Amino acid sequence: MKQVRLTVNGTLYELGVQPWETLLEVIRDRLGLTGTKEGCGLGECGACTVIMDGETVNSCLVLAVEADGSQITTIEGLADGDRLHPIQEAFIENGGLQCGFCTPGMIMSAKALLDENPNPSEGEIRRGIAGNLCRCTGYTKIIESITSAAKKMGAK
Amino acid sequence: MAEFSVIGERLPRVDAREKVTGKAKYAADYSLPDMLWCKLLRSPYPHARILSIDTSRAASLPGVKAVVTGNDFGGWTWGWMRPTRDEPPLAVDKVRYMAEAVAGVAAIDEDVAEEACELIKVDYEELPGVFDPEEAMKDGAPKVHDYVENNISVEYHWDFGDVDKAFAESYVVREDRFRTSRATHGYLEPPATLAYYDPSGHITVWAAKQSPYFHYRHLAACFKLPLSRVRVVQPFIGGGFGGTKNDSLAGDFCAVLLSKMTERPVKYVESMEEELVTSRRRHSMIVYSRMGVDKEGRFTAIHHRVIADGGGYTAVGPLSMYLAGFMTTLPYNLPNFKYDAYRVFTNNPIGAAMRGHGVIHTRFAAEIQMDMIAEELGMDPVEVRMRNAIENPKPGAPYETINKVALKTCGMKECIEKAAEDPLWRDRAKTHGEAGDISWGVGLSSTSYLGGARQRGHQACAAIVRICEDGTVNLITGATDCGQGSDTVLCMIAAEELGVKLENVDIKRVDTAYTPVDPGSYGSRVTILAGQATQKAARQAKKQLLEAAAKTWQVEPEDVEIRQGKVSVLSDPEKAMPFGRLARIACYSGTGAVILGTGYSSYGVEPLDLDSGIGNGGTSYSFTAQTAKVGVDVETGKITVSDFVIASDCGRLLCPIAAEGQIEGGAIQGMGQTLYEDFIMDRGKTLNPTFLDYRMPVSTDVPSMRLIDVVTDDPDGPFGAKEASEGSIVSTPPAVVSAIHDATGVWFKELPVTPEKVVGALREKKNES
Repeated sequence: MKQVRLTVNGTLYELGVQPWETLLEVIRDRLGLTGTKEGCGLGECGACTVIMDGETVNSCLVLAVEADGSQITTIEGLADGDRLHPIQEAFIENGGLQCGFCTPGMIMSAKALLDENPNPSEGEIRRGIAGNLCRCTGYTKIIESITSAAKKMGAK
Repeated sequence: MAEFSVIGERLPRVDAREKVTGKAKYAADYSLPDMLWCKLLRSPYPHARILSIDTSRAASLPGVKAVVTGNDFGGWTWGWMRPTRDEPPLAVDKVRYMAEAVAGVAAIDEDVAEEACELIKVDYEELPGVFDPEEAMKDGAPKVHDYVENNISVEYHWDFGDVDKAFAESYVVREDRFRTSRATHGYLEPPATLAYYDPSGHITVWAAKQSPYFHYRHLAACFKLPLSRVRVVQPFIGGGFGGTKNDSLAGDFCAVLLSKMTERPVKYVESMEEELVTSRRRHSMIVYSRMGVDKEGRFTAIHHRVIADGGGYTAVGPLSMYLAGFMTTLPYNLPNFKYDAYRVFTNNPIGAAMRGHGVIHTRFAAEIQMDMIAEELGMDPVEVRMRNAIENPKPGAPYETINKVALKTCGMKECIEKAAEDPLWRDRAKTHGEAGDISWGVGLSSTSYLGGARQRGHQACAAIVRICEDGTVNLITGATDCGQGSDTVLCMIAAEELGVKLENVDIKRVDTAYTPVDPGSYGSRVTILAGQATQKAARQAKKQLLEAAAKTWQVEPEDVEIRQGKVSVLSDPEKAMPFGRLARIACYSGTGAVILGTGYSSYGVEPLDLDSGIGNGGTSYSFTAQTAKVGVDVETGKITVSDFVIASDCGRLLCPIAAEGQIEGGAIQGMGQTLYEDFIMDRGKTLNPTFLDYRMPVSTDVPSMRLIDVVTDDPDGPFGAKEASEGSIVSTPPAVVSAIHDATGVWFKELPVTPEKVVGALREKKNES
């Protein structure tokens, strides 16, 4: 057991974790934040994407001990109370989701992209989410959602 | 005033908010106090006799609470039809494909359960395997099931008209061999269940199933319980696409049995590797296609001999083979048709259903072969299609194919015309040809797909509309939204019929203890069948509301209108009230009335005739014409798809955002199977059991897509709707392959068309010339 301090969605957690426990396991099983999904568990599908210290990570590939001292944002940390984040609104309005299983990770990748590059080209959006698989949408409406979110956020 | 208030509007999904906030709970997100974890031990051999299983070391590992093997299921087997119940929950006397489950463990956590699996000792006697369906059919091939000769799992021989005579009289006859890839669904949510067999003899499971009522029947039969004691609660489903999530899996049966033994809840979540090596995937089919045309390029006859790799068990195979045959007589006039189908057992993973089920294989063969013949005749691909395509029948005079498939609407010709008018096709001569190392080409395809699938046996499909006293509405159906958006469509239908706003309709997900029985999501059936049931239920509830309003205002019910949440008297507009008030009046009349509407679907009730192939497999049929533009790197063989134009006749679009999402998603899934997706197998072993190596399309692969709606108004569908989710996965492979031919001059007859195959074919072509 090792003690770690994680700030997840603004709340500080101090936990004892096993050396082999992943950040994904801590988020889902210990903190009960099941919005972050486990798809492949191998860092290939992006369903478990969270933002760690400003960068997206596949949380299934990060050990909890490596995340010690980090600031982490998960899908649950995006909305401000009942007020959705503009990216979430844009996904709803543009039909950027179907089964919804890739959606939390996809939205976190979109958030990291727009934080870094508020006005991305279509090619930059495609590359920004290239690590997130989606089997339902064919990506078109996801790309439209992120384009629309960028506009919305720029206008604010 | 517009014809509709809700139908056809670009409204967001009813479940979108839960999904974008991470609040939507999927099977693996559920847990119960005191819960145990289940893991499975899987076979390291594709074909082996099980001589003995010793679970003693596993059972004594601290933290292990129970261990089960195949014998604990008492010889019970299951299958899609009574004569094909050939599959046990866990292998009993032998394993028939690699990674078939042989034992299950329940332990205090996943790690202990996994460790325990490693301590189970199974003695196997390895048997010679058979991995190629054509080899498996030969005399003397190893037998996968001892009682089955030549490993034939399903066999059909249909003969319509006189193909021999027609071929003899044809101007051109071609024979080719086609093969489709070993593709899988590729949803991101692995199968999962949380099961509790409580000591009073009731089963409750929260399971990732797109057909929860199949699972409910399997569990009742397996555990010998009445259906009333089996409760399947459907969580949100992380993608389905048929096959695996229609059926029950080893982990499902083991979790329930282990829960019964331990009297504790048991959770099972499959790893993605387990999923990818065992998924009940699309069959790979070999299609020997013989096609004849007359001088004008009109079809005279098609004879298809289809050999499908069935894997170790039958599963839904009888339906797969039916679907690969009965729709060959669409979307073109075909006077003579012969079909010889063989689904063959091998020691590969099980072949089953996947989006575009069955039809995708034979349509691919027929479209490409038609283009090959058109090329021989010097005919334009649009011209040959327009000459053969079925006309849109006049109302009341359905078109009937030679195997008695009846079409009431058919937008095929209009779809072809619209797709051909788009600049992508119209100006293709200008974009065709080489630019550096890239050679560009454009291709075209047409297809039809069934909606409102029929099936044998259980076809029940019903809906309940309950008006709450505040004017909101509960919609209760047995339908499952596995991502396609059907919950939204059904709510829109209820809202339209009742005259309320979409946000006031709340649909309940399936809970077999409360919702009406339904076959679930497959065969593009939900919008058409559950949609009709919802429409009827809403009408029945509305009738009661109109009567309550009429009584209040002392007018006739026909004089009352409900629209967009407002109730008014047509002849006296002064008399009006909000829907909520009418609901309260109606519900509180007397000592309290229950305003409940019920309805059930009447479409698609005639059973399928699998042995003859005669009659309808669906309620109605969609039509799709698609063009594709590809660039082929002649040095590396890499293919880039830059554009798709897809013209679809889906009847009336009820929920345009969902329909577009289905058409786009289906096309990209189809593109993956055309260009990259394929399990590479070596004697039953999957060599690429990860997403990285299986290679599904990512965001940087997808082309720009333009969709064109061709609206027919089918009489057999709610508000004229037909299917919208499977046509484009069928139209994409031939469109892309014909574009590759346009770019390279080579016809590829085996999917996927990988860079390796392209380079090889181009080299061969160069050597020949």
